[in-house]
Amino acid sequence: MINRRKALELLASHITDEIVVSTYSTASDWIEIFDRPLNYFSSGAMGLASSHGLGLALARPERRVLVLDGDGSLLMNLGTLVTTGIVAPRNFSHLVFRNGSYEANGGHPIPSPDADFEGHARAANIHKTFTVSDLASFEKKIDYFLHEEGPVFGCIAIEQGPLGPRSYKEMYKGERRQALRAALGVG
Amino acid sequence: MNDESAARAGVLHGAAVIEQIKKAGIEYVLSVPDLHTSKGLLYPIANDPAFKLIRVCKEDECLGIAAGLSYGNKRALILVQYTGFLYALNAIRGVACEQKLPIALMVGLLGKEAGLPPQESKRFGVRIIEPILDVMGITRTCIETDADTPRIAPAIDEAWRISRPMAILIGGRPEAP
Repeated sequence: MINRRKALELLASHITDEIVVSTYSTASDWIEIFDRPLNYFSSGAMGLASSHGLGLALARPERRVLVLDGDGSLLMNLGTLVTTGIVAPRNFSHLVFRNGSYEANGGHPIPSPDADFEGHARAANIHKTFTVSDLASFEKKIDYFLHEEGPVFGCIAIEQGPLGPRSYKEMYKGERRQALRAALGVG
Repeated sequence: MNDESAARAGVLHGAAVIEQIKKAGIEYVLSVPDLHTSKGLLYPIANDPAFKLIRVCKEDECLGIAAGLSYGNKRALILVQYTGFLYALNAIRGVACEQKLPIALMVGLLGKEAGLPPQESKRFGVRIIEPILDVMGITRTCIETDADTPRIAPAIDEAWRISRPMAILIGGRPEAP
């Protein structure tokens, strides 16, 4: 099992100009580790991080879009894997942090903590996939996650982090969305 | 008005709606099929190279995708049935309304009686759509016949100008072009 912060710190050390879409607990850690204009925090409705990311990937084909999702979140929008498999953006990578719980909602278990997310992705015609459960294995997959022609799907088994809710006020403020638009040159 | 044009006055043609969608610069159409708009809109859109159609699994996906597309100034139209609109309400609330995004919803009112305002429909689901939109502060226009279609493109343009969601209710069942 992997500590989420350590995994995110490792990922952050490889980030250049990618758009990073994150949600809930992963977003809370990410903003503390790597606060930057090219971050996009999925807010408004749980489960839609990958859908936001898909739209961004289509809108900005010159940029890699990375989605840092949660297992509880993905379960609320499993159809997104099918949509992604059909649309198949080449610049899209989706990483699911699996801790088997709704960490942001009090730590209750997800309906099936052993759900095979990589299997779901492969069944949805996303063929570039991986699952890792130790930090060294994740490190070996980072270059693939960032640069392999997409869509790429990864699942990373993590320890449960601090139970939420953590404050989302800072990450959801409108100024951040404006900063992202400015960084992307969108009026 | 001759007999033929009089007979056609109460008709909604999909082609007239699609012309307006194009005029508004819509590039992406995000949709779950709706029997009400299936023949007149969705099939023609699917076969029109001017559009990029993304068939999603559930209506709330559309809100995330449309939001992401807005970061490339790409205009999307979300084409769903009123039942799908109701399903996606939380995403509409959280993504479109609270983030003040320019999101165009086209909602088929399946089963609405011809010529009746939506709020007078016998169908509960149809009757509640306009009040829900009003409570959420989403501007709306209802398209019943070809005569109404010139309102579509300006309404979409306005949504982008002010960066707010809007809804086009398709009351009449569009005939295939």
